Amino acid sequence: MSTDSLLTPAQRDDLRAIAGIIIPASAEFDVPGADDPSIQADIVKTLGRDAGPVREALDDLARLAGGRPLASLDPPRREAVALELRATGGAAVATLTRVVLQCYYRDDRVVRSLGLEPRPPYPKGHELEQGDWSLLDPVRARPPMWRRA
Amino acid sequence: MNFNGVGGSTVMYTAHFPRLHPSDFRVKSLDGVAEDWPIDYDTLVPFFEENDRMMGVSGLAGDPGVPPRNPPMPPLPLGRSGAMLAKAVNRLGWHWWPSDTTVATVDYEGRARCINLGHCTPACAQGAKASTDITYWPVLRRAGVELRTHCRVREITTNEHGMAAGVVYYDADGIEQFQAAEVVVVACNGVGTPRLLLNSASGHFPNGLANSSGLVGKNLMFHPYAQVYGYVADDTDSNRAPPTCLWSKEFYETDLSRGFVRGYTFQFGRGVGPVAEAVASEAKGLLPWGAGHHAAFRRLNGHRLGLSAICEDLPEQHNRVTLDPVLKDSHGIPAPRIDYQIGENTARMMEHGISHAKEILTAAKATDICVNSPILYGGWHLLGTARMGTDPARSVVNPWGRSHDVKNLFIVDGSLFVTSGGVNPTSTIQALALYIADQMKQRLANLFD
Repeated sequence: MSTDSLLTPAQRDDLRAIAGIIIPASAEFDVPGADDPSIQADIVKTLGRDAGPVREALDDLARLAGGRPLASLDPPRREAVALELRATGGAAVATLTRVVLQCYYRDDRVVRSLGLEPRPPYPKGHELEQGDWSLLDPVRARPPMWRRA
Repeated sequence: MNFNGVGGSTVMYTAHFPRLHPSDFRVKSLDGVAEDWPIDYDTLVPFFEENDRMMGVSGLAGDPGVPPRNPPMPPLPLGRSGAMLAKAVNRLGWHWWPSDTTVATVDYEGRARCINLGHCTPACAQGAKASTDITYWPVLRRAGVELRTHCRVREITTNEHGMAAGVVYYDADGIEQFQAAEVVVVACNGVGTPRLLLNSASGHFPNGLANSSGLVGKNLMFHPYAQVYGYVADDTDSNRAPPTCLWSKEFYETDLSRGFVRGYTFQFGRGVGPVAEAVASEAKGLLPWGAGHHAAFRRLNGHRLGLSAICEDLPEQHNRVTLDPVLKDSHGIPAPRIDYQIGENTARMMEHGISHAKEILTAAKATDICVNSPILYGGWHLLGTARMGTDPARSVVNPWGRSHDVKNLFIVDGSLFVTSGGVNPTSTIQALALYIADQMKQRLANLFD
């Protein structure tokens, strides 16, 4: 099945709208929202086995929104629907939220905003400071604790 | 845990490498519970040492919490997280030590040293983490051992003398094959081994192979983990280093005033990366939706400190592996069915671990303390389902791993464990395998007597 066919156009619209409510764009932190087109594309492309629960969550969302697109509701109503979805949606909404979060926090712009380099760990790796080994001094002074048997 | 591939569960593990303690082999004598092992810690010491050399262990000698040992490589750095945790444990006056690991801290036997990729558990791109496919297997290959991959053994067959004759297996093409054998050595661990033995029932062995005691599959033990974590103001190492750093043996040995017998190890972690943090914090309700999301996430991400109590599970016969009456694998082989309940002693131990872990995190000035108990994704080490012993009525194999019932059938995995100890079992499983191999070699002239 092509990834395009995993969600209907209406479900994609609602996914974009709810993702933007979960994580809105922020000028303060210089980050896009989770409704950003490239993050949305990542979500849809990598849905995989989460597609079923995500569709279920989006069906719940559509029901709570009275069958109207979430984005078409006025802001207070959108907020209320999102709150109710989070409170009552169970495992399906938890899956939808996880999918949004995992794609958002691997976006290069977001990773940079956290002060991290957007790169795989290999081959450059990372530095790990030795730390203060004198912290062990009081432990070294202890007698053996293990029982002889 | 199960990882089916060359290297087995050493491919999918954190490389945390403690040994069982001497007291773990004498739980009946010392604490009046379960059974003593038929061998002791000292018997295994030469094989622990050989295995440490083969796997390449990094650690620091001098730990008062464990018997003397000399890891061949220096320990991993404490890092920021380790130092913060160490200071907190020192404030309480409790024990801690840099934990032994099979992550190479210097270039070692063809393995490059650790460069802190952080993703140790699902295998190391650098090759710094030891797994048997890159430690033992090259040696065995040079010795002429043939490995057949993508095969699945259905049953061990026996001859008219009640001896193992070989195995029936499905090859990579799904074709049934038979491999004759003078000796059969099983290393399928605490679920796979009883499954294979129970699937090898025959007219001669109607209750499953090597099962005259009725104990094959019984006494299944895990290591339920109670995980506690919180958030500090300073930056931690997050996921930019091997995930484990310290251990504490403060509560390992029995102290009945704690309300339980036996004990646990604290295993300390360095933190997690952004995706894991976001998903976990959302699940714990720490991460708001909407405008407050970004500030809240930045307060949590890269600030986590955590630890787990890895608790000794006592053997109980109702915890068991049997054959599922319906479920089969893709070759039509009956699947294992697992019945398990965390025992009362273990549950009390976990509660103790949670409360004392919270003390440590409080001493580290951590906030938003969270508990996962038991954790779902780790610690389910598979032990005890074909245990060793001197009495054929109370054990499946003898003190050197040979089946009491089938004289040319040996077991060399976690199912041998009489008790579980409060540590990760890989080091002890491997030492047992080396010990049994050595026993077989020394007894070749009368191996089947």
